[in-house]
Amino acid sequence: MIPAIQVSELSVSYHGQKAIQRADLIVEKGKLVGIIGPNGAGKSTFVKAMLSLISRDGGTVRFQGKSFKEMRTSIAYVPQRNEIDWDFPITVFDTVLIGTYPTLGFFKNPGKKEKEWARVCLKKVGMEPFSKKQIGELSGGQQQRVFLARALAQKAEILFLDEPFAGVDVASEAAMIALLKELAADGKTILVVHHDLSKATEYFDQLLLLNKKVIGFGDAETVFKRELLRQAYVHPLSFLDQKEMADA
Amino acid sequence: MNFLEAIFYYDFLQKALLTSAMVGIICGMIGCFIILRGMALMGDAISHAVLPGVAISYLLGIPFFIGAVVSGVVTAVAIGFISQNSRIKQDISIGIMFTSAFAFGILLITGMKSSTDLYHILFGNVLAVRTADMWATLGIGFVVFLSIVLFYKELLVSSFDKTMAQAYGLPVQWIHYILLVLLTMVTVASLQTVGIILVVAMLITPAATAYLLTDRLWVMLYASALLGVISSVAGLYISFTYNLASGAAIVLVSTLLFLLAFFLAPKQGLIWRRMRTYANTEKGEI
Repeated sequence: MIPAIQVSELSVSYHGQKAIQRADLIVEKGKLVGIIGPNGAGKSTFVKAMLSLISRDGGTVRFQGKSFKEMRTSIAYVPQRNEIDWDFPITVFDTVLIGTYPTLGFFKNPGKKEKEWARVCLKKVGMEPFSKKQIGELSGGQQQRVFLARALAQKAEILFLDEPFAGVDVASEAAMIALLKELAADGKTILVVHHDLSKATEYFDQLLLLNKKVIGFGDAETVFKRELLRQAYVHPLSFLDQKEMADA
Repeated sequence: MNFLEAIFYYDFLQKALLTSAMVGIICGMIGCFIILRGMALMGDAISHAVLPGVAISYLLGIPFFIGAVVSGVVTAVAIGFISQNSRIKQDISIGIMFTSAFAFGILLITGMKSSTDLYHILFGNVLAVRTADMWATLGIGFVVFLSIVLFYKELLVSSFDKTMAQAYGLPVQWIHYILLVLLTMVTVASLQTVGIILVVAMLITPAATAYLLTDRLWVMLYASALLGVISSVAGLYISFTYNLASGAAIVLVSTLLFLLAFFLAPKQGLIWRRMRTYANTEKGEI
């Protein structure tokens, strides 16, 4: 079977520094994958390089065996909260409707069919009662659900979410993860950049442990091991560590 | 003779009215995207930077907007080039480049024309609108209006979520430059009604007023255009009746409308916000 995502030897520089080195990754269709790693590990950079939002030094990325350009309308990206202007004059419904834009092309506006579909997607995330609200009037969890609905409206096969649980209350987080699991069971492939380690094994089928390179990848239980985590989270050459070791 | 009678009587006043109403509409609409994309400072810069282009067009005897678009875009590219290739931040780069372009334009105009002409380009002279100017403004207005209607979807998504727009293949950098080109065209159209110095007010103030009044982009576009027209027509009336500078009168009417919205807008107005905060603290105390 052709994997949903195949990354080989992906290298990225950021401000002249190596951010990602020769990363390999193969994700099967229908998996819910968490991307974890410390601050500055290059998690968002990795995702943005896969989506050709930033340039790569080398390596290839294939989606269902095809190039990003061929697949781009079937790939959805839910940005980090701080990348969105929450005061923008747009309602919840119109935000979801944007999800239908990629397949419409130029000079065609969303019609009755697209609007009905957007409403279906809003219902699916339980946000239909809020459809006329301006997006800034929602709570953090509700905002993330709206953007998830937009990804659904895009009929995306592959979804990327960048820190979707930042600034989200516990109840909304649980509701969202349930929804993501449901989508994965429907055959969607979902990659989530995730910050909090505590529930990583509960939330995801597979984990990608990243710190400038792939430290570990595989089933959540096998990756979430003390040795690997230490490797990712403790910088081996840090001055303090060496000093501690010398002292000990 | 009052303003209404004068409109029927004087041909020049009809042209002035039509031109300034059109300027109100296109400034209002383009202005919405300028403020939503955080380009207010850039808008100010580009509107000043058209001056050398206008002067050179005059010298070569070609339409103003050709030279204006060239000098506006050259300045925008120079601003980007400097901020991307040095530690100079964008706002500093804007400050350097637009004043340079503006100063160069002043030298060109004072060198070849009189200072009266410079005064009219800088501050507008709506009562001297010629038929050709009126048609040029209507033409530019049509192009701007059509661009916004045809590319509404793309302008919306690239202003709201640039990353998504880029990911699904929209040429976001081109959209940015096309907006800058439209901006220079709008500036040229506004030369005679408000002049180069105050055109930024027509771009930003009605749009900002509309921004306080609605949560929907298309409503904001129409509201901003309407506020632009009201400002232009009322400003022209005041200018004619009391013999005051037209550009300044138009701008101050739009400021007055902004202040009304700032204090009284139903959802965003200061007064209602204060009352809501007060009501909430009252509840909190009980």
